[in-house]
Amino acid sequence: MSISVSIQTADFDVGAETAGLTGLDGVGAVASFVGVVRGTDVLAMTLEHYPGMTERALAEILQQAQQRWSLVAARVIHRVGRLLPGEHIVFVGVASSHRREAFEACEFIMDFLKTRAPFWKKEETSQGARWVEARQSDDAAAARWRP
Amino acid sequence: MSITILYFANLRETLGIERETVELPITVQTIGDLREWLCARGGNWNVLAGAQVRAALNQVLTMPDASIGADDEVAFFPPVTGG
Repeated sequence: MSISVSIQTADFDVGAETAGLTGLDGVGAVASFVGVVRGTDVLAMTLEHYPGMTERALAEILQQAQQRWSLVAARVIHRVGRLLPGEHIVFVGVASSHRREAFEACEFIMDFLKTRAPFWKKEETSQGARWVEARQSDDAAAARWRP
Repeated sequence: MSITILYFANLRETLGIERETVELPITVQTIGDLREWLCARGGNWNVLAGAQVRAALNQVLTMPDASIGADDEVAFFPPVTGG
């Protein structure tokens, strides 16, 4: 299987990324997720990460997804730096033979990215800047994948 | 032995430092020991005592009882909020 991880400040083209997955041999299904900066009360968001550990943690999550489902390819792109409302934050794309694997693996990858990959968000609001706090619901979402 | 320590997000801001190389005393053997030793610097360093603080050893999430070796890279950070 082909796995790929990119951490970048630049935007990504969702159409091109999805097309890159649909064209692979043996692919019958592609599921993707795009995370976007929500505009309510947030003027901008700055994403910080731990270079090295981030790539490692994401590659491990993709490898775990591959062990669990039969996948042809999986790709994660995560942006860092300052982003405005409506801008893309993250892309997860999974290609497999059948839809079920693609849907499930895509959700699994996002749930683990949210709880294991070392990214931190700082929001700028009209009341000032604040670090986003981790949500227990994200831990619960990741925990439900435990065997 | 000498190690590198990294701080991220609100910890980096509170401590006003993102990276340092330190020479550890012989009494500091584990991640938990290191955390206590850093807290003992006083002032803002007590932020590392917070229950929410996570640690990574050589870029892998780790636990307080993990042993530290020479030239290791240790990082302290709050719970992650990416995606």
